[in-house]
Amino acid sequence: MWMRAISRQICGLILTALLGGLAAATLVRLAPGFDVDERELDPRLSEASLQSVRTERAKERNLTSFYWNYLRRLAHGDLGISHSLRRPVAELLLERGPVTLRLAGWGLAGGWALGLSLAMAATTWKQGFVDFFSVSFASVFLCLPAAVIGLLALFSGVAPAWAIALIVFPKVFNYARGLLGKAYQAPHVLLARAKGLRGASILLRHVLPGTVPELLALAGVSVSMALSAAIPLEAVCDVPGIGQLAWQAALGRDLPVLVSLTLFLTLATRIANTTADLAISAVRIEES
Amino acid sequence: MSVRQKIAILVLSVIFAAALGAGVLAPKAYEAQFRDSPSAQPSRQFPLGTDELGRDRLSRLLYGSRVSLLLAPAAALLATALAAAAGASAALLGGWGERAFVTATDLSLSLPWLFALMTVRAMLPLDVAPGLSITITFLLLGLLGWAAPARVVRAAVASMRRSEFMLQARASGCSGFRLLLVHLVPNLKPVLFTQFLVAIPVFILSEANLGLLGLGVAEPMPSWGNLLRDLENLSELRVNLWLLAPVVLLAIVVTCFQLLVPSEDSAA
Repeated sequence: MWMRAISRQICGLILTALLGGLAAATLVRLAPGFDVDERELDPRLSEASLQSVRTERAKERNLTSFYWNYLRRLAHGDLGISHSLRRPVAELLLERGPVTLRLAGWGLAGGWALGLSLAMAATTWKQGFVDFFSVSFASVFLCLPAAVIGLLALFSGVAPAWAIALIVFPKVFNYARGLLGKAYQAPHVLLARAKGLRGASILLRHVLPGTVPELLALAGVSVSMALSAAIPLEAVCDVPGIGQLAWQAALGRDLPVLVSLTLFLTLATRIANTTADLAISAVRIEES
Repeated sequence: MSVRQKIAILVLSVIFAAALGAGVLAPKAYEAQFRDSPSAQPSRQFPLGTDELGRDRLSRLLYGSRVSLLLAPAAALLATALAAAAGASAALLGGWGERAFVTATDLSLSLPWLFALMTVRAMLPLDVAPGLSITITFLLLGLLGWAAPARVVRAAVASMRRSEFMLQARASGCSGFRLLLVHLVPNLKPVLFTQFLVAIPVFILSEANLGLLGLGVAEPMPSWGNLLRDLENLSELRVNLWLLAPVVLLAIVVTCFQLLVPSEDSAA
């Protein structure tokens, strides 16, 4: 049963990634400026070079043949050559992927630590100063764009991973606060309270265990939050990761890089969500 | 309505009025360049100073607010309408239609849509007119933001389908279309309104992110996104704190919209 569920998830994952890549290629192809190439404005290029640029572009004009050829090369581990950086896309992803994963990983860890601990404090001392302070603190970061948080981090000399943490934390905090608040109203928690249990013991023994499935689902979603935040953040903080590559590829109309990045980011998001789903199933089975 | 929501409406009304009255309230035209006063400090002539091209910052902020405050709700309306159509159809059709909907929303939610937005926006011709860039930016926001609200709508319609009032309406001979218009749509309104309110700050923040990356509304037209690009000059920011005015205004507006979203407690 487990094997069947896992293989179904893997099939779904591959299908979503492939459809995601196709969606990105379609969006790019249909964009009104697809045929525009800045290199055509370069006075240093000869007529022969310009012709070669146009031929290179023409190969990408037919979306079906472009994507089919792309998938054929992908099966052999070849993601094509970046137009703007003139390097193999696979090499660029291998070089920059770990930077972004490290940044997002630390950011997620920081965001979760901050968000969950503040949510626990706010629900334990509800209606008090801690609740007011943590709600206000989260609201400040919730209403700022990721790129502005990145600039403010740069301005105050804070590491970019902290900026990701500050982007992820308000969402974790708001969700966890609501969830824990509801869990505190559960009949078994009220009974435990009536029996005299207080503070950390009630939180750790009765409130938190009941919210694990929902928190795991949020953990899956927060990975995509962190990866999305990494794009503007790496661009403004000059971090040489996937986000910066995405920005450069978008500005350079670099179709092979854009399609590969969409596949990579879609796959990362789906892997995170699938892992969370499997973990939730495991927790529910153990509970029952 | 809570006191906080009343205050939020009041603040938003003032900001909306100022943005709509930009033509009257702004001391200068947003594109007018005063070449003898570039990067000027705040003064009586330029209350928030000027940018490096000598354009009045206050006027640009007022006109920029108009762009962001009018178009983000329009994009949110489009996203909500798409979500309502897709979510309600999926819940009413059931079977393959519902499965196709689930696959489409899964795919849409797995896509890094800020990245997709950035890509398509970057693909626009280099000489794109400012008006067209605004329309395309917000149209894309509206078109790409349908998936999350559509899931909520589908769940709401599915639960309404099983509800007693729908059962009673069906038992008393209410036809499919009448059932939809008289019973389903009115009960769906609060859900749709909440999704609309949730989408507005999301779109405002997305446009701001795009603008800061140079992929938002094209110059010389101001928007909160491209006004935030002044923050990139960190050394100037240390001495000229009024450069933070667009961030402060954006934060106030986003907070007000977030306060307007009914909480689960109040909805119950």
